[in-house]
Amino acid sequence: MKPDTSSPKVAIFLSQYGALVVLALLLLGMSMSSKEFATVANLTNVARQVSINAVISAGMTFIIITAGIDLSVGSLVALAGCVGMIVLNWTDSSIIGVMAGIALAGLSGAVTGAIVAWTRIPAFIVTLAGLTILRGLALIITGGSPIIRFEGGFRFLGQGVLWGLPVPVLIMGAVMLAMHIVLTRTAFGAHVYAVGGNEEASRLSGINVAITKLRVYTIGGLLTGLAGIILMGRLSSAQPNTGEGFELDAIAAVIIGGTSLMGGRGTIWGTLVGAVVIGILNNGFNLMAVDAHYQLVAKGVIILLAVLLDQYLKRKL
Amino acid sequence: MWASSRNNPATAAPDQPAGAVPSGRLAVRGIGKSFPGVRALKDVTFEVGAGEVHALVGENGAGKSTLLKILSGAYHPDEGAIFIDRREIKIPDPRTARSLGIAIVYQELSLIPWLSVANNLFLGRERLAGGGIFSQRRLRALAQAELEKLGLKAQVDRPAAKLRLAEQQLVEIARALSENARFLLMDEPTASLTGREVEVLFEKIRALARAGVGIVYISHRLEEIARIADRLTVLRDGQVVYSGPVGEIDLPEIVAKMVGRKIGEHYPPRTSRLGEEILAVRPPSSASNGRSFSVRAGEVVGLAGLVGAGRTEWAWRLVGASPSLPGEKVRLKGREVRITSPTQARSLGLGLVPESRKEHGLILSCSVRDNIVITILDRLSNFLGFVDRKTRADISRRFVDRLRIRCPHDGVSVSALSGGNQQKVVLAKWLAREGHIIVLDEPTRGIDVGAKVEMYHLINQLSLEGKGVILISSDMPELLSLSDRIYVMRQGRFVAELESAKTSQEEILAFASGFKEAQAV
Repeated sequence: MKPDTSSPKVAIFLSQYGALVVLALLLLGMSMSSKEFATVANLTNVARQVSINAVISAGMTFIIITAGIDLSVGSLVALAGCVGMIVLNWTDSSIIGVMAGIALAGLSGAVTGAIVAWTRIPAFIVTLAGLTILRGLALIITGGSPIIRFEGGFRFLGQGVLWGLPVPVLIMGAVMLAMHIVLTRTAFGAHVYAVGGNEEASRLSGINVAITKLRVYTIGGLLTGLAGIILMGRLSSAQPNTGEGFELDAIAAVIIGGTSLMGGRGTIWGTLVGAVVIGILNNGFNLMAVDAHYQLVAKGVIILLAVLLDQYLKRKL
Repeated sequence: MWASSRNNPATAAPDQPAGAVPSGRLAVRGIGKSFPGVRALKDVTFEVGAGEVHALVGENGAGKSTLLKILSGAYHPDEGAIFIDRREIKIPDPRTARSLGIAIVYQELSLIPWLSVANNLFLGRERLAGGGIFSQRRLRALAQAELEKLGLKAQVDRPAAKLRLAEQQLVEIARALSENARFLLMDEPTASLTGREVEVLFEKIRALARAGVGIVYISHRLEEIARIADRLTVLRDGQVVYSGPVGEIDLPEIVAKMVGRKIGEHYPPRTSRLGEEILAVRPPSSASNGRSFSVRAGEVVGLAGLVGAGRTEWAWRLVGASPSLPGEKVRLKGREVRITSPTQARSLGLGLVPESRKEHGLILSCSVRDNIVITILDRLSNFLGFVDRKTRADISRRFVDRLRIRCPHDGVSVSALSGGNQQKVVLAKWLAREGHIIVLDEPTRGIDVGAKVEMYHLINQLSLEGKGVILISSDMPELLSLSDRIYVMRQGRFVAELESAKTSQEEILAFASGFKEAQAV
């Protein structure tokens, strides 16, 4: 006997948009506890801060839907920025520098993907190794010190404003939309869900599982590279030590957004909501002048609660 | 506290069937159970006495498994009462059921894959091999003894995942038996067993019954019921529609009670229109006396063999899912091919409906629609990779209609479907591909009679469309009725090729078990 799947519409809505409920509660709570929170200036600021994590998390969503993980994104953010800046300084061309940084990150993702796809080493291990290797490379090529550059078009990507919106926010919107379309409308997107849901059944159905994984990690790399370039633009410098802990924020955004770590389920919109939740937490704590040490504890607790709520609502269905 | 009833067994009920040891019975009265939107059981009264084998039959979804789960403490009834030895009891959880002497063997295998057979057998009871830090050696010895009781020769320190499905099933049964159960509940214990193993199991069941164990036995193989059961209860839509001694009802009547209508013929009549040979597999020349294999267009070729004979492995090699044997030659439509991946096999028109539909057949987290079109995403998408959603919906709906897949709509999760309907989805995804050859590995295992008959008709239909069908089945009547020719496999080789019309279960078994070594046809 299978339970009937038709339940009240409210329950269905809640189960699919659990993260949205958390977000709404958070918005309400923050607006009430801080006058500065619900101002255009502050919300624009939040959006700008969210954008980098959201772009990384979009790629992370693909990876986690295939039941994989990428722990190396923080290091890759730094390496992509450093490579981009070095090439920029060689060529004196922002475009070439930006392309180089993103391309290198894509290559790194492809290598990770190839190892995950064709060896039996779990993604956790492969990308844990990647985390230290890529960080090391970033430190090696920069000699360990930041490279600062105050002129060049690349800064537009991090600091520019277009049609009244920060450029990073526009990039985030475009990336989220594009990734949503790829995931829901293309054969590749269907393969991603299938491979994550049941790898062996996918293989027997004639899906090329290895190529699917390779592509997924390559997309993850490219988007992480893009995030690295945005960060470089915002800081007007390449910092080999930047990006530490980014993997945790990205994974948290994906999970809060309702994507299953077991694979097979997840949406880009959920991830966007998850990224915004984390962004608001960071911003709100600062506005309320919560001690940084307490912020860490509170953030962790809220992430746990959000996932618990999501699971509870899903079970209710 | 529940265990107390065990220490004071009440005297036997007076209406025990003749021959049973009158020491106690397990009974339910007026049991009801609902899930959201579904009435799974309604006013069910059922009992099993010591020494009795009570068969429980019904179509998938009739409520058999729900009833067993209530008896084993996995579900709680909404209404009604449970009695042991006429004493009302509560079974809040599986642990309590076990302490009351109720053991269960589930339909779905529940072994922990990477634990050894010995550890699986005594999971949660390691204390038997020494308190605190238990002795692995003692555990192995205990496990060995339990397996030998069942005539099973599996190595106790192998991980469960490395055993064949049938062996895993036997280990589960051994686990249940080792708990000294007074009542043993078995949900489709023979679904993955063949010939000899079924016999071994039946012997064991009879011995247990003689020893006074009450056995509840669910099976879709109705022929078995007459051989093993004393009493029979038929469930339909959660209600008891028949209950009585096995001798008082015959097979067609049972089927009629189950489905609520008469099924005129179990197996559809077979008219074959054979075309030319489309597939030929020649074994490596080194393998002495292995025969070649061939399929013609419009032909249904059966693959018989005992479990472990290598039929599934052969099928996986054929579709490129496992590495092919060196020297094995495959000719497809007259062209020699080397198939190295399922993707390649698919583009050559070969598809496999695997034995284990949940593990290898379906993406349970995806919808019915997504599962059906999974094999044709390449055809449904344009050069940019965008899927044509209208065609996708049309194709999905067409197969849901044609195969009569029962679901509210094709967007529901495939995990919400019953076993028979899930199996149809796996078949549908290969029909959608419109290949030349389809390999069906135990396509009717664990699905109800109605769905089986539908599957038989579909197989017939496929062959009439000129496809080559390779049917692996451990159900001999099914194999004989559906196939044109039958190959018998033993130890990874084809040892016989038989015309279905001219052979018999006995002859197939003789080849499969190695009594008969020679050629045929």
